Amino acid sequence: MTKSSKLNRGVSRRAVLKGAAGAVGLAAGSGAITGFPYVYSADPKVLRYLGTAVNEGDEISKKCLEDTGIKIEYITATTDDVTKRVITQPNSFDVLDTEYFSLKKLVPSGNIFALDAKKIKEFDNITPVFTKGQLPNGKKIGDQGTAPWKVLYLEGPNSKTFSKTPTEFVTLIPTVYNADTLGIRPDLIKRPISSWTELLNPEFKGKASILNIPSIGIMDAAMVVEATGQHTYTDKGNMTKAEIDLTMKIMTEAKKAGQFRAFWKDFNESVNLMASGETVIQSMWSPAVTKVRSMGIPCIFQPLKEGYRSWASGFCVSKAVSGPKLDWAYEFVNWYLSGWAGAYLNRQGYYSAVLSTAKANMTADEWGYWMEGKAAVSDIKAPDGTVLEKAGAKRDGGSYDDRMGAVACWNAVMDENDYMVRKWNEFIAA
Amino acid sequence: MKQHRKTFVAWLQAAPMMLVFALFFLLPLLFVTVVSAWDYNEYEMIPAFSLRGYSDTFEGCIAELPSLCTILKTYLNTLKLCLLTWALTLLIGFTVAYFLAFHVRSKTWQIVLTLLCTIPFWTSNVIRMIAWIPLLGRNGLVNRGLEGVGLIRQPLEWLLFSEFSVVLALVHLFTFFMVVPIFNSMIRIDKRLIEASYDAGATGWQTLLNVIIPLAKPGIVIGSIFVITIVMGDFVTIGVMGGQQIASAGKIIEARLNALQFPAAAANAVILLGVTILIISALTRVVDIRKEL
Repeated sequence: MTKSSKLNRGVSRRAVLKGAAGAVGLAAGSGAITGFPYVYSADPKVLRYLGTAVNEGDEISKKCLEDTGIKIEYITATTDDVTKRVITQPNSFDVLDTEYFSLKKLVPSGNIFALDAKKIKEFDNITPVFTKGQLPNGKKIGDQGTAPWKVLYLEGPNSKTFSKTPTEFVTLIPTVYNADTLGIRPDLIKRPISSWTELLNPEFKGKASILNIPSIGIMDAAMVVEATGQHTYTDKGNMTKAEIDLTMKIMTEAKKAGQFRAFWKDFNESVNLMASGETVIQSMWSPAVTKVRSMGIPCIFQPLKEGYRSWASGFCVSKAVSGPKLDWAYEFVNWYLSGWAGAYLNRQGYYSAVLSTAKANMTADEWGYWMEGKAAVSDIKAPDGTVLEKAGAKRDGGSYDDRMGAVACWNAVMDENDYMVRKWNEFIAA
Repeated sequence: MKQHRKTFVAWLQAAPMMLVFALFFLLPLLFVTVVSAWDYNEYEMIPAFSLRGYSDTFEGCIAELPSLCTILKTYLNTLKLCLLTWALTLLIGFTVAYFLAFHVRSKTWQIVLTLLCTIPFWTSNVIRMIAWIPLLGRNGLVNRGLEGVGLIRQPLEWLLFSEFSVVLALVHLFTFFMVVPIFNSMIRIDKRLIEASYDAGATGWQTLLNVIIPLAKPGIVIGSIFVITIVMGDFVTIGVMGGQQIASAGKIIEARLNALQFPAAAANAVILLGVTILIISALTRVVDIRKEL
């Protein structure tokens, strides 16, 4: 008897709980709660920052908190996972750090807020690389692939179409970019390397590598194919099916002949392969080269005569952000472009979007080494103080104008992306 | 009435597990199956019926005959790796379990030695795999050693980023999953049966073949199910140890997911699930685990 009465009480308590939960759910569903925390906000200003580990430095968030009072909470994911998250969970972040080529997927999903160019203080000082596709000295640069200026503007505040001419509605405020090329081990190759064709040179059989992120890997493959003279692409970043077939056929033959030691997917893998001597020539990213070098192993980010494959990233804001949070997002972006962060990025071998403010935050020697291709007067140090280069060293590839001026194509999402991914799987299985 | 209440209580006791199982296993599986028959574009799934995910996957399977299409090549390769890993883990796992069950007398030592088998799991998966590079690499310990004693002049390239290294890593990782269930079966074997076998004049081998192996069968099958299901779906180990140059069923799903082609990934997941279920049901045909437990 006692047992059953206990049971009854249990049930009734549960019923009450259920009712309460239902009421809360209803309130949440009806939107009664939204915006609530902000009204009573005595909390510090917090922004959730979604991006890859590469740009999420503790130094930057610390300095930002100090200067603006905005607390940055990093959400770290791989390039592909960042994109997945934006599309499936737009409420899970406020500020998004992503690359321009992702915009072709992100903007049509409707989850990206169109930023107001007038609220970005330094917008007019952003390097013309992004706004016009030319260097500050007026020289036009390569526009194959998803070049930033093709996807920088929207037609209207709620538009899902990219505008060909400048508007005040901006998709992504650029922060950091670079020109990528092949990394080599000069001590093991022992001769000058000057062309992308060397990646498939049988001399390096079993000692070459390419990266296994299809959308970037195929661009490197295209640079090689074009360099060998087997095909000239109309747009390497937007191949036809026949061009994809041809590119993958050449790469498959090389793979079957044992040209590649391994493919890499993650930054640390590329460092490992190169540092251990498993590979002597491979597609690589600038900080990976720096890392190999800081281990005391010679490694060069080799400039090649066919040019560089470039990428650029920056900040988007989630469409779910509104109210004061939106103001903080603008404040954060403005702070980022105001110089300190730009100098921090430049010192890692990247480039900052607003050159003038970054310059003001660097010494003349640092600026000369990183941006002007001059020999370093004193030792060049990383942001954390470790010595990267001894006095007298010059940067691989030279000045900003030399490197960015030689960009041949940009990371891209192709119209035939679906087909390309299938062909890439075939290549891996071959 | 009393009976009624008893069954009710039994259901209630099973309910939490049932609920977890339904919510976190059956429901997602159902979603995956449903999504696999959807259409998709660059950035979103379109809830309209389409078998594109499947037809794309089997693209060229008839047109390219007699040479194999990508999906068949991939599955053949995955099955080959799976079979090699299974055979080796079974051989090693059985031997280790036999040693633990019949040669180690004290219970304390049995426990200590079994725990020793878990050492590979003390570090993270990724670190364990990266650690193979200084060992098997071109300038790694093994090659240096062999060159040192003059056995080889050129470093052996096939030691790393090859099917050899993939199988080696998989065996290293998953032998433990064989050891535990087989050990568990063996320890339950009535020692008097073995004595009786010897008394009846059987040799050591005959006892092994006719007494121990049949009685350890449930453990062997359970261990096999563990190893086969894990290896069939693996893409991390095969990826890292194979230098990303070796195709596997899991890798195809990963590539599709990363390209945001969720329905195509789901279709591949359903295919993989089907193949794995076929293998497992064939195994359970050989031994009825439920009866043996």
